[in-house]
This record gives sequence, structure tokens and C-alpha cells, in this order.
Amino acid sequence: MDLSLLQKISATLWRIEPTGAMHVPGLLFADEALVRAMDHKVYDQLCNVASLPGIVGAAYAMPDAHWGYGFPIGGVAAFDPDHGGIVSAGGVGFDISCGVRTLLTGLTGQQIEAVKRPLADRLYQTIPAGVGSHGRLRLANREMDAMLRGGARWAVEAGYGQTADLDRIEEGGRMAGADPEQVSRHAKERQREEMGTLGSGNHYLEVQEVVEVFDPEMAAAFGLALGDAVISIHCGSRGLGHQIGTDYLKAMVIAAPGHGLHLPDRELACAPLDSELGRAYLGAIRAGINCALANRQILTHLARETFAELLPEARLDLLYDVSHNTCKEEEHRVEGRPRRLFVHRKGATRAFGPGHASLPAELRAAGQPVIIGGSMGTSSHILAGLGSQQAFASACHGAGRSMSRHQATRRWQGRAVVDELSGRGILIRSPSLRGVAEEAPGAYKDVDAVVDAAAAAGLAKKVVRLAPLICVKG
Amino acid sequence: MSAETGARPRAGWQHFQHMADIGVDGHGATLAEAFEQAALAMTAVITDPSRVHPDTAIAVSCTAPDDELLLVDWLNAWVYEMATRDMLFSRFEVTIEGHALRGTGWGEPVDLHRHQPAVEIKGATYTELCVCQDADSTWHARCVVDV
Repeated sequence: MDLSLLQKISATLWRIEPTGAMHVPGLLFADEALVRAMDHKVYDQLCNVASLPGIVGAAYAMPDAHWGYGFPIGGVAAFDPDHGGIVSAGGVGFDISCGVRTLLTGLTGQQIEAVKRPLADRLYQTIPAGVGSHGRLRLANREMDAMLRGGARWAVEAGYGQTADLDRIEEGGRMAGADPEQVSRHAKERQREEMGTLGSGNHYLEVQEVVEVFDPEMAAAFGLALGDAVISIHCGSRGLGHQIGTDYLKAMVIAAPGHGLHLPDRELACAPLDSELGRAYLGAIRAGINCALANRQILTHLARETFAELLPEARLDLLYDVSHNTCKEEEHRVEGRPRRLFVHRKGATRAFGPGHASLPAELRAAGQPVIIGGSMGTSSHILAGLGSQQAFASACHGAGRSMSRHQATRRWQGRAVVDELSGRGILIRSPSLRGVAEEAPGAYKDVDAVVDAAAAAGLAKKVVRLAPLICVKG
Repeated sequence: MSAETGARPRAGWQHFQHMADIGVDGHGATLAEAFEQAALAMTAVITDPSRVHPDTAIAVSCTAPDDELLLVDWLNAWVYEMATRDMLFSRFEVTIEGHALRGTGWGEPVDLHRHQPAVEIKGATYTELCVCQDADSTWHARCVVDV
């Protein structure tokens, strides 16, 4: 991005002055190197988002921002229903409530080493990953609707995991206000055999080791210490969420003129919060969020089963589950006044600070764990929310790609990537070598730089860095 | 990409780059051919289409208020059929009348070993969406697909 388009506020904050149709400024949280490397489309997309009705504060970009659909990926924007605010299917995207959860294991990385190969093989057999994979569960209509209303709570009641898990999931594991009636038959059909599956692309289940502790006190509050082994699961709402996105993008594009909305980019498809379509979408997306929470809960159960076979001494307690593609109704203080806003986070993680009422008692003093997934073979990070009102308590979500899939497959061969990572002690298990090449670690930005910028900008505090031992790749 | 002057434009497809995802671009002498090739380009995001045997025919139909939304619907119809039938498709035929289409795709069930599918497609998007004719009358149908 051309720096001359931006006003530098600090080393990690850049401003786009509101011009033309923009109601608010654009604000980018990133250091100079990250801003320079950002696609110019991020600038265009922030300006477009800043032009949407009812936007509050600013259109924000996180340090990992890149060219997305309507909104930049790594974008945050909040809308006020009392001031003509909108909800945008484009702003949430196809992978509704895609997110990451991290499980503690009570084991060290060294203990994993002893069984690493059989553990990798067994996880790969157990965790459905990649194109055309199915879960063990096939949901009939009534169960489908119960799942869409109940989220991870439904999954726990169905025997997947334990009640204690629910405290460690945003919204207590169940997003209120879900309306399965607003989810199309096609969306439900796509999900019928996809419960408890990873999907493909950048989704994974990793066994990781804590290799660096930045804040020992916070790490202890999260139950983490140097050398500990953890498991992280990155996936979303699968076919159901993808189809909800498809259905409502079209409906919102067609209805936009009737709602008096001029869309500079059709991908910004949105509807007033106070409209039939806006309310229908909120009911559907909340069902999609529940689908993602249930999906990660079932995968957790599968991981626990596998560990129980090979490492019966393991105790897989959930540290936390975050979603990074959502629109949620939240209360935030704006200019000293509390307001109910609909906060879109597209490739951004909520980062509630110490004392937030939604956090479980054991985490309330520390703040919310903010889980930042790396790419296969690179670090992941766990940060702690600071409750910064900058960007409505949001932080980054991952590394973000630095090159396209085509460029990646031209540069790397899947087999060579697997062998190279294996040489570094990282076991990759994936149904597709081409998928591995497309997801090669070098095709992503440096997640450490992204996290450093988020910390320097005061969005969240660094706690630990994780390195992968095993990666089951979709 | 473009046909020789005076000749009927040749049907074909290509991919174009998008940072996080991938663009599909079908072209041909008619709107229908461009749509058929765009669907083939989408299969090529997942696997090499020449590895997919066109054994079984599946029919779809779509309507939309304009050609561009119709293209997205057409591609999403195949995203849906691939996801719910566990199939891949390597040949497409479509007839378009106004803003409605009826199409057929020929394919087979996914064979993980033979097809080595790289990614599943979440949906066709409105990003870089364009249904248009070149100066040499070649029709193009393109958009980014989210993977």
C-alpha cells in the first residue's frame, strides 16, 4: 500500500481521512513494513466499508489484513441499528464462525515425541479431513435444527465432550437468537454428513508445543508452561455456513436498491439491521455460528478419543474457543456512552480484556485467550485480550497469505514440503499433496511480525508462542 | 486467450490470481460456452479435469436477474452438487434463455487416490465478477471462487 495515502498516527496506527462517501475514517493497525506489503485493495475495501450506513467509529484493519470479499480479511466494523446500520453477508463471508480452539493436554512435547508417528497416523485416521470427507454423524431434520439452536451445548448433550468445555467457548457454547427456519434446505443438505469434519484449505488440527513464554504469569493463568503440548483445531461451519453465505449474498444484492443501498462493490451485500432480510440473516448466521461451535466440539471429542488410546494419561481440557468470521451484537462504550452495536469481524478475533462479564471466573482476571493460528510449519500464538476499545476489542486472526495458490504450487511440490517439514520434526498428514503445496509455510506472511504489531498497537498482549509437532491438514 | 481474427473464438478457460483464493475465467463464442468453460475452470481448481470420467449426468437449473448473478448461481449450483453428491464434473452443457438457464454436467464420484482433490470450494463470489464480450466478440464469464 502507498504510504502517502495514509496519515501516520503512531508506529502501529495509520489513518485514512474520510473523503467522498465515507462516513468515518479508516484505521490500520500495523507496522510500516506490514502496511507497505498490504495490497492496495485493502485501502479500497476499507474506504468502501467506511461508506456503509450506520457505521460507528471507523473501518478498521488488523495487522494481517489482506484483500477480501467486500470487507478486507482482517477487517472490523460496527453498525448501530438505531442509526440505519446494516448487517453484511459479505462482511462475514462464507466461512461463518471459522475459528480456532486450543486444548491443553497435561503432557509435554517430549512425551508426544515418544509416540509422535503413531499419534499422527491415528489422528489422521480419526479426524475427517479434506474434500469429500464425512463425519460419523448423519443429522436428520429435527436433530439438524436442534444443533443449529444449541451449538456446542447440543454437542455436549449428544455425548461429545463435557459440560466444563462450554465455559471456555464464546457465548457459553451457544449463540442465542439462532433461527433454523432462516437457513435454506440446501444449506442443511450440505451439512447433513459434514458434522465433525475439518474441511480443506487452511483448516487443520495441530499438536503443538509451547516453545516461548512471553508472560509467565499470564501463561500460568491459561494453564500453559514452556515445553507443554497443546492441540489446536482450526475450522468453521462447513457446507452449512458456505451455503448461508451464498444464499444471503444473492438475496442482499437483489434487495439492495429496494433498501436504498448503493453498493460500490456487490460483495458488500448488506441489508438494514431493521429489515426483514437483515433479521432473517441474523437468525441464519447465529445458526451458522452454532454449527461451527458444534463442529469444533465434535472434533475435540474425536481428538480426546485418539489421545485416550495412545496417551491415556493425557487430560484434554479446553483452554478457549474463538471465532474470527462473525457479526455479533455487543455493548461497547463509544465516546463514554454504552451502545449496542453489531460488530463484524472478518478475519479478526474478539479480544475481551480482564474483568469482562462474559469470561469464565478462572479467566476473568487474566483476560480472554486470543488464539492466532499460524500456517502449517510455522508458529501459532496465544495472546490475551486487553479490552482495548480500539477496534471494539478486536485483534488479528492469523498470518494471512503473502502469495496466491498458483504461485505457491509453482514454487513448491507437496511431497518436498512434507519431507522438509518432517526433517524439522513436523509430521504432516493430508489427503492432498497439491493442497499441501498450496498451503506451504512460505506462502504466508510472518505470523510473528503480525502478532508483534498487534501487541505494539495495544490490541492484545503476547503470552506464548507455539510450534507444530503434528499437523492434520484438510 | 483471444481467437484468431475472423475465426470463431475458441472455447477455453484459465485461472487468474487472487491473494487468498483463485479466479475462474471461461471463454467461448457464445455466452453458454463461456459459462460451460467457467464451470470447467472451477473443476480445475480442485483437480485436473482430464482425470474425471464424464460417466454420470446431473441436471441443474437457475434463474437470476442478470447475467452476472446467473453465472454465480450456475457455479454455485455445481458447488452444491459436488458437495452433496461427492462428485466431480468434467463436462458441461448449458442453454441460456433470458436470465434462466438449464444445464447438465457429466462426472463421477470423487476418487481420492486418482483425483487428489486439492481443496473444496466454499462458493463462487461477486469479486472480479464479469460476464462480457471482448472486442473480437469472445464471451467471457469470470469471478473469484472462495476455497
